Amino acid sequence: MTIFTDIGRYLLMIKGMFSKPENGKMYWKEFVHQCVEIGFGSLGIVAIISVFIGAVSTIQTAYQLASPLIPLSTIGQIVRDTVILEFAPTLVCIVLAGVAGSRIASELGNMRISEQIDALEIMGVNTKTYLILPKVLAALLMIPMLVVIAMLLGIWGGRMAGVSAGIISGEIYDKGLLEFFKPYNVIFALIKSYVFAFIISSIAAFYGYYVRGGALEIGRSSTKAVIVSCILILFADYLLSALLLQN
Amino acid sequence: MIELRNIEKSFDDKSVIADVSAVMKPGQCNLIIGASGSGKTVLMKCMVGLFEPDKGHVLYDGQDFTAMNNDEKTEIRKEIGMLFQGSALFDSLTVEQNIMFPLNMFTKWPIKKKLDRVNEVLARVNLVDTNKKYPGELSGGMKKRVGIARAIVLNPKYLFCDEPNSGLDPQTSLVIDHLIKEITLEYNIITVVNTHDMNSVMEIGNYILYMYKGKKEWEGNNREIIFSKNQRLNDFIFASEFLKDAKDMRMLEEKGKIANERDMDELLDKDSPTLIPPADTE
Repeated sequence: MTIFTDIGRYLLMIKGMFSKPENGKMYWKEFVHQCVEIGFGSLGIVAIISVFIGAVSTIQTAYQLASPLIPLSTIGQIVRDTVILEFAPTLVCIVLAGVAGSRIASELGNMRISEQIDALEIMGVNTKTYLILPKVLAALLMIPMLVVIAMLLGIWGGRMAGVSAGIISGEIYDKGLLEFFKPYNVIFALIKSYVFAFIISSIAAFYGYYVRGGALEIGRSSTKAVIVSCILILFADYLLSALLLQN
Repeated sequence: MIELRNIEKSFDDKSVIADVSAVMKPGQCNLIIGASGSGKTVLMKCMVGLFEPDKGHVLYDGQDFTAMNNDEKTEIRKEIGMLFQGSALFDSLTVEQNIMFPLNMFTKWPIKKKLDRVNEVLARVNLVDTNKKYPGELSGGMKKRVGIARAIVLNPKYLFCDEPNSGLDPQTSLVIDHLIKEITLEYNIITVVNTHDMNSVMEIGNYILYMYKGKKEWEGNNREIIFSKNQRLNDFIFASEFLKDAKDMRMLEEKGKIANERDMDELLDKDSPTLIPPADTE
């Protein structure tokens, strides 16, 4: 029963986000603040993870392509497609569920426990619109950008690892990147990143906004938000792949 | 005027508020008192709309708040200021930004006018030169005063204070009590204070509503409470021997002030309908 109650409350929360802002300027300010928090706040970890994912992909692909019949440029192709299709959108978003998602959940949870949300309600502010909508919109803007950055850094990290380990030359790697390139893969990755961004921000906001109890509950709800987001990201990943990746 | 008509509220079939009615007038400090778990916080949350009562009505100057839609409620809420138990200041904002928040959200005043208003209310709560401080740098009493300043910055008609003295020393509590009383008289607003601080009851209680297990047990003012024969109320208010002695002394003092014997009889008669024999009490 709890799961149905939670789904109902989640849908009501989403519906409640869409009301007329009391003061557009204040909402814009909050939106920009959230863009900075979600975008720049997560940029460092996204950059580090992306570079290493690309590097490891190159080394492992080279290790498995033992046959001399397969051209070395294939490494570039495989790294490109793996990073674009899966690593950049899915893995980065799972990391972002931990970084940005837990931050959103704990921020709202703290506001709920310390009665700051009640204070806003009393003032006549629609708290779902003021506190949740800017976070969701900021995530929808910034997370796809982070995914694009992750794609570029992942591919660059793969090149750097390949060249520095003497596995592949830069020219052959670059040649591989251009071979059989499907622009649709990038569109597919962006579609995934929008879906994941919505999951990360709205699920984290839901668990933070409706937290009850004390400080301990904030930690618990934050952890729960990350777990549920990760599961939903993986489920959505499977669903989108099954629906959108058909030859 | 705030009018409560037969308010009822339950959580999971457990009745928390049962048939509570009251009338709260402007220029008065209206106190809701009662032991922990007596339903006073739930009653206050029903009054401001944080909880929906299951039955009954809350009327603000004759307008039925409980029957209003969200937009109409928002309009009433703009006339409400509230001081929360933990002050509920926004951690990431300075004192100035906290107080300016309602002005930024609901007015289109130029920045100069907003700053003047912020400084005016800060001066009113005796907190000058704290504009740039963050809530984390303030003491408990200062946070309460900033909370009051934020609550009154939009000139509300109704001020709600949820346990304004919790966690404060007696002297600071007195300062907060006097501040609430002064603001109530100065702005002629309706102040509703939720407390179990007996000093507040005696200092500022123009109207006192005593809650016992979710029901209205007694109502009166801080003078009438001295003469109350309600056993539950007396057990709650004058819990210690010291307070019982203080009550006796105050009673003698008050009796001395009453010239007309008939006035005294009227005061004593007021409690008669709610008089509960000691055998009934827990």
